[in-house]
Amino acid sequence: MEALAFGVVAGCALLSALAVVRSADLVRAVLWLGVTLFSTAVLYAMLGASFVAGVQVLLYVGGVVTLMIFGVMVTRRHEGVAQKLERPASARAAAVALGIFGAVAWAILATGGLDAPTAPPATSTADLGRALLRDHVLAFEAVSMLLLAAMVGAIVIARRRDPGAVKRPIDRPAAAPVPAEGAAE
Amino acid sequence: MTLSTCLLLASALFCVGVYGLLARRQMVAILLSVELMANAANIVFIAFGHFRGGTTGQVFTVFSLALTVAEVVVGLALVLLLYRRHGDTRVGLASEMKG
Repeated sequence: MEALAFGVVAGCALLSALAVVRSADLVRAVLWLGVTLFSTAVLYAMLGASFVAGVQVLLYVGGVVTLMIFGVMVTRRHEGVAQKLERPASARAAAVALGIFGAVAWAILATGGLDAPTAPPATSTADLGRALLRDHVLAFEAVSMLLLAAMVGAIVIARRRDPGAVKRPIDRPAAAPVPAEGAAE
Repeated sequence: MTLSTCLLLASALFCVGVYGLLARRQMVAILLSVELMANAANIVFIAFGHFRGGTTGQVFTVFSLALTVAEVVVGLALVLLLYRRHGDTRVGLASEMKG
């Protein structure tokens, strides 16, 4: 039963990940990424990490996917036209990816004693909170500083209006010039 | 569901991300691929935490989630800047600083 559930979740994650990298429409790719992240959250819950699963759903499926969709929409060249996926290096990229997968899979399968039969005690959310705020409190505070810095940096980068910027000529469809009233004389 | 199957799944997801990183030219699509790779790394953390015990795996995953969100936010700001400057978001356009 557990193996079946794992197979279903793993299949969902893998197929949607392939859809992310193969779909020509960027909005669809982002939505497929949401499916991948949700399947991963289910996997986290199956692996006893319920808090991380909740964070994954709230932060990623809710936040990052929305942010990405905004990013795609803001930088879209033509309304309603899918951006074509360019595949110049597709075969080479597939070869590299398969090579890396082969090496890593060989390393995993060749390592003995990975699947030890002993079942360690499960980590509860209370344990996680204690570990975060007691043993790792310095890293915790450093991460909050990092998030602040990222927020300020993103605002500064996205707000800058430099004079060298192109005026986005592709953005505006060539509107038919409105004939001015009384311009004929 | 054993540790090695979880690791195999994570490496497969990571390699899908590698493929996307190499094959796509749109900057947003590359960000999505990086997301996939970070996600695969998180699966490894959680799997080791579950099958080996201890809180360290989950703690690392929480930090990794925060780092990835920061990376996405800054990355999208850069995409927006690239779009303002060039009117497109293909990575080949951002070659001004090449020596």
